[in-house]
Amino acid sequence: MSARAELPWWANLLLIPFLNLAAAFAISALILATIGEDPFQAAAIILRGALFSGEGIGYTLFYATNFIFTGLAFAVAFHAGLFNIGAEGQAYVAGLGVALVCLSFDSLPSPLIVLMSIAAAALFGAAWALIPAYLQARRGSHVVITTIMFNFIAAALVVYLLVNHLSPPGSMQPETRTFAENARLPFLHVALAPLGLDLPSSPLNLSFIWALVCCLFFYVLIWRSRLGFELRTLGANPNAALYSGMPVARLTIIAMLLSGAFAGFMALNEIMGSQHRMILDYTSGYGFVGIAVALMGRAHPIGIIFAAVLFGVLYQGGAELAFERPNITRDMVVLIQGLVIMMAGGLEHMFRPQIDRLFAMRRRKALAAVG
Amino acid sequence: MELVHALATMLDSSIRLSVPLLFACLAGLYAERAGVFDIGLEGKMLIAAFAAGAAAAISDSPWPGLLAAIVASVAFALLHGFATITHRGNQIVSGVAINIIAAGLTAQLGVTWFKRGGQTPQLEPEARFLELRLPGAEALRSIPLIGDLYAEIISGHSVLVYLAFLMVPLTWWVLYRTRFGLRLRAVGENPAAADTAGVSVEFQRYMAVVCGGILCGLSGSYLSIAQSSGFIRDMTAGKGFIALAALVFAKWRPVQAMGACLLFGFLDALTIRLQGTPLPGVGILPVQLMQAIPYILTVALLAGFIGRAVPPKAGGIPYVKEH
Repeated sequence: MSARAELPWWANLLLIPFLNLAAAFAISALILATIGEDPFQAAAIILRGALFSGEGIGYTLFYATNFIFTGLAFAVAFHAGLFNIGAEGQAYVAGLGVALVCLSFDSLPSPLIVLMSIAAAALFGAAWALIPAYLQARRGSHVVITTIMFNFIAAALVVYLLVNHLSPPGSMQPETRTFAENARLPFLHVALAPLGLDLPSSPLNLSFIWALVCCLFFYVLIWRSRLGFELRTLGANPNAALYSGMPVARLTIIAMLLSGAFAGFMALNEIMGSQHRMILDYTSGYGFVGIAVALMGRAHPIGIIFAAVLFGVLYQGGAELAFERPNITRDMVVLIQGLVIMMAGGLEHMFRPQIDRLFAMRRRKALAAVG
Repeated sequence: MELVHALATMLDSSIRLSVPLLFACLAGLYAERAGVFDIGLEGKMLIAAFAAGAAAAISDSPWPGLLAAIVASVAFALLHGFATITHRGNQIVSGVAINIIAAGLTAQLGVTWFKRGGQTPQLEPEARFLELRLPGAEALRSIPLIGDLYAEIISGHSVLVYLAFLMVPLTWWVLYRTRFGLRLRAVGENPAAADTAGVSVEFQRYMAVVCGGILCGLSGSYLSIAQSSGFIRDMTAGKGFIALAALVFAKWRPVQAMGACLLFGFLDALTIRLQGTPLPGVGILPVQLMQAIPYILTVALLAGFIGRAVPPKAGGIPYVKEH
């Protein structure tokens, strides 16, 4: 284990994630080549679609907002040594909370609705994490299994409510009515227009700003607060936390509630900011990709922002790719995401021994030169 | 007699619906008893279902389909093993990745190869595993009670159904009565002790993961070339996770796993049967509630309302050999 600590910081934070990512892209390129597509052309289309136009950048950042929220959600529990893979369900239920606020209080002034929606997203998301958290803290049942179960229970619950209670009378669509104008989060290109900024139109909305605020809050919470210290201690060494008198069960529950709240904020971006109504399956896998975002970003907000933008590029560019190349579907992006999760998460340590050896060799050479 | 017949049909469809769960649940059992969490059951079933559908369509026979399914599923199982056993990666993350890769890969390859929006071509009867008529099923049908039960429940299933239920005693025997099974359980409970006793933890875990791969291959084949005639997008639809729930519900034991899968299969059959029919005193039960019951039951079990589920001790922890 001693060799592990000796890597310079940049090798751990940049080199290894880069190698993992490169491997994932190399495999994706191979698959593209097997189905008869030119991988370089595909990469060019992805980059052009995601980054070379104002509209494309807007969409990229819009998707990145979802990934920031789900990445933070996974990361906060991860710091406490917990695996919350229920962001999907927590965000889904939070969408319900946001929709209820936006539908019930749309006569109130807009800023008030925004505040209430933020609260509702956090509350509903956290509430959906509460039972798994409690079972982990008090009964020792694995949070991974319970959060999976809760993802499916959430799916059933939301379908039931949308079909039977929340869709407008006479409508066959399993979705709520569209929110009133003042119960929508303003698009960034609309909100910034009075300042003289002329942004191209995209679904990028004020939740992006809120996501950045959350990143700052996350940093202060984890590295500059007592609670954060306790959470990190619990994650690094549960026994140390227990014997130094930290309330381990309570910390477990707090970490999961925070995680659920972050996941819930995704509803602000999708439901209140873009769809303007609650729809079926709006989470569409963002919760799971959040795991890769958090792991690649080393559970640090700066890293999470970069990883989220990367996945945003993949999402937006992938949509362009599917549009331009009839042989390629959006599923290709799903596949690439899966490969990135595998390389950055499951096979995270694959290149580690080689890198370790490389640096050990360099050190020996340096020592020989000195001595 | 009406009632007996209705009951027999109900049980018959419960059995059909529980078969994919049972294969997948036993697959999870092998891996998890050896200390490798496997939430990638869903993905392995999906890739197997696709491989089976594709190979059966091309060859016009179910056997190459079955073989392709097992090969594809074992390949994914080995990927999981490579990540989590050799490189000690996180088992949960690797499982999530496998599910997502399978979802993307099957849909993309389906579109590229068959140009039918992700489906494989409709299979002719001879390219599927058909229902076997056991001897005497028709002759005995006229006998009240026994005839119905024999014809509906025992007879008239595809070979994979019988195989699934055969796997239960076989798994029990392998796990509890063979050296292989003892070692498999040992590396799942206390890998350091097994290592000291000279058992290769890596090899044993790989073997367990491969067993899981084979069983997921059977599960996927059943979906696409026995139960239906071809692969359709996302055809597993969460069955891998219900199997996982069944595994927890059965507290990681083979015979109980069969019970749990039959129960969840029965609930599924009941959901289809009750759709829109009001129950006396309750009214119409929402379909979604029925669908959520396996998950709710499992959470209730984990909450300690129905006994206590203790997972294998070393589950989820990569083994680091001391030097």
